[in-house]
Amino acid sequence: METERTPSNRPLLSTQDLKVYFYGRDKISRAVDGVSYNIHAGETVCLVGESGCGKTVSALSALGLVPSPPGKIVGGRILFKDQDILKFDDAAMQKLRGNQISMVFQEPLTSLNPVFTIGDQIGEAIATHEKIEQEALNKRCIQLLKEMGMPSPEQRLKDYPHQLSGGQRQRVMIAMALACNPDLMIADEPTTALDVTVQAQILNLLKSVQERASMSILYITHDLGVVSGIADRVYVMYAGLIVEEGNTRQVFGNAAHPYTRGLLASLPNREKRGRRLHNIPGTVPNPAYKPEGCPFHPRCTHAVKSCKTALPHIIDLGRGHWSRCPVLT
Amino acid sequence: MVEETLTENSEILEGPQAPRQSWFHERFGQFNQNRLAIVGLVIFLAFFITAVAGVVLTSGQDPVFNPALVRLQEKLLPPFSRPNLATLKAHEAPTLGIYLLGTDDLGRDVFARMLQGAWVSLTVGFVAVGIAVIVGIFLGGLAGYYGQGGVGYDQILGFFLLLSGTIFLILGWNKLGSGLFAVGIFIMILSYKARRAKQNRFMPGWLQKTAFSFDTLIMRLVDIMLCFPSFFLILTVVALLPASIYNIMIVIGLTSWMGTTRFVRAEFLSLREQDFVSAAKALGVGNFRIIFRHMMPNAIAPVLVSATIGIATAILTEAGLSFLGFGVPPPYATWGNILSDGKRFIFDAPWLTFIPGIAILIVVLCFNLFGEGLKDALNPKLRQE
Repeated sequence: METERTPSNRPLLSTQDLKVYFYGRDKISRAVDGVSYNIHAGETVCLVGESGCGKTVSALSALGLVPSPPGKIVGGRILFKDQDILKFDDAAMQKLRGNQISMVFQEPLTSLNPVFTIGDQIGEAIATHEKIEQEALNKRCIQLLKEMGMPSPEQRLKDYPHQLSGGQRQRVMIAMALACNPDLMIADEPTTALDVTVQAQILNLLKSVQERASMSILYITHDLGVVSGIADRVYVMYAGLIVEEGNTRQVFGNAAHPYTRGLLASLPNREKRGRRLHNIPGTVPNPAYKPEGCPFHPRCTHAVKSCKTALPHIIDLGRGHWSRCPVLT
Repeated sequence: MVEETLTENSEILEGPQAPRQSWFHERFGQFNQNRLAIVGLVIFLAFFITAVAGVVLTSGQDPVFNPALVRLQEKLLPPFSRPNLATLKAHEAPTLGIYLLGTDDLGRDVFARMLQGAWVSLTVGFVAVGIAVIVGIFLGGLAGYYGQGGVGYDQILGFFLLLSGTIFLILGWNKLGSGLFAVGIFIMILSYKARRAKQNRFMPGWLQKTAFSFDTLIMRLVDIMLCFPSFFLILTVVALLPASIYNIMIVIGLTSWMGTTRFVRAEFLSLREQDFVSAAKALGVGNFRIIFRHMMPNAIAPVLVSATIGIATAILTEAGLSFLGFGVPPPYATWGNILSDGKRFIFDAPWLTFIPGIAILIVVLCFNLFGEGLKDALNPKLRQE
């Protein structure tokens, strides 16, 4: 992003040392193990990482939707507008969800209820938080669908989810997420289930929507191509930890963590045409049996002895860029 | 239409639209292909009209068809026989001029009695199954959705205090009863508060330990209910309660909800993990609304199907009870007690058993066929696009 946003002092959402553990029969999966991130008003923040590194869980905990049991938030705070939402009771949480923080899910087909029309579902998103007459509700729904770029919205309202295409369904999901003008939208891999052309349309849509509504987006993805397209700031997650933070230019141009570098190296581009793509050896550790020290060290080509014993500290690289690797900085 | 440019994406062109199917056609196009189901539906409608007409035509001071009119000189006449008008008073003559379905051992018109009995069979079927389905959906929904939630020792304690308090109150020991009742309510409120609050200072922790899960509670109750031979349970209850058609409906309903409960629970266990449930939660929709508005319509199709078949079973159960003499008290005719009265004359007047028997057979069959057809019609995968 060319324009460096000047973040106000207080972030909109601030997660501090969040720990979410899943309790199994005889083991504890530390899915999120001390994650801190800030989202300022009007900002797009990307949470990047492989499958199973705790991206979704850390986002779900901001909505109080971590499945419990087995999941439990064992530590940390989540401040939304300076209020600790982990201390909210169910009623307060319900008022928050959809109204101030909303979410777009990965699979647009399964996230829409198959037995209700689109109009019913968007209408419900609005009516859950507002008292509104049926006619005004219909108008709002049509307006929302128009803003989402749906052709002939009046007729689409009466359609069932299975009658729409994947991209249209995701537009409906975004319309539902935007229905109450939330301050923060969490988008959990909203384009993963879509093909590339539709993906680009949806990303453009998100961008334009954000500019108009001036809300913040927490965008969860494993696709670095998407990140470079929309993010202001990037958090790279690995095994329940954030290993690097920086703005998009810093992370893409000057990655300081070997995991981030590995991810970037595995992206295909023109220069690499015809050559084998880089891959990071090994897989993400099982969250129940994480290695001691830096969780990445078994897969890291730069690892030194101290990596095996102690979790590396945060190394500040200036201008809000930091990483958790002492070797490469 | 074009008021403003909407987004960069509005260049999506309007393509030709597929012709829209009506709501009805969408669902019942499939139904239409199942001839047997159509037959079932037609018979059911005929039965329904007959039953409603039966109520109108056989009740009141001076009914069109009098099912209770005794003409001893005309007893045990076969179907289509003509009355001997010489021996009958004017108002005793059958309305149609002939005994369409014959007369029974007291000379009552079987056609009139069958008309009267149709309503009983219909209401027994619908009310009993209605009760069963409501109880089943409620318990099954709770077990499936809140199944993981545990029942604490404090809640069990509170429940038993309430129960024993009620029993003592019924027995007339008012002081002890109301005392126990009050303590029970107090414990229930405390445990509710303790569970709502994040910081628990209402109750010692060991009392709140989970004894068993909610799912276990309901499903073991289902198992216990399934262990009773329900027909004998019904017989016992009917023997204790005053004989009335409403008691029978309620008893049949309360002994046949287990299948629906299991059904709904199984459906809910799979629906609970669906994304649209988490999506609804993320929108801030409340739990009860999620259960009854979002999940129930997805689970209702198999329940409706089993309900139509349940109606058939309930009609049979009522007929069986009436046949055994435990059903609706005698002056009122039901198909079951016409059958039961007829069995003494099965060689002299076989129509007295055959007519209600065949009527029951046809109605039960039509409900089964209808249920099968409904199963196809409600399955969205078989719906024609």
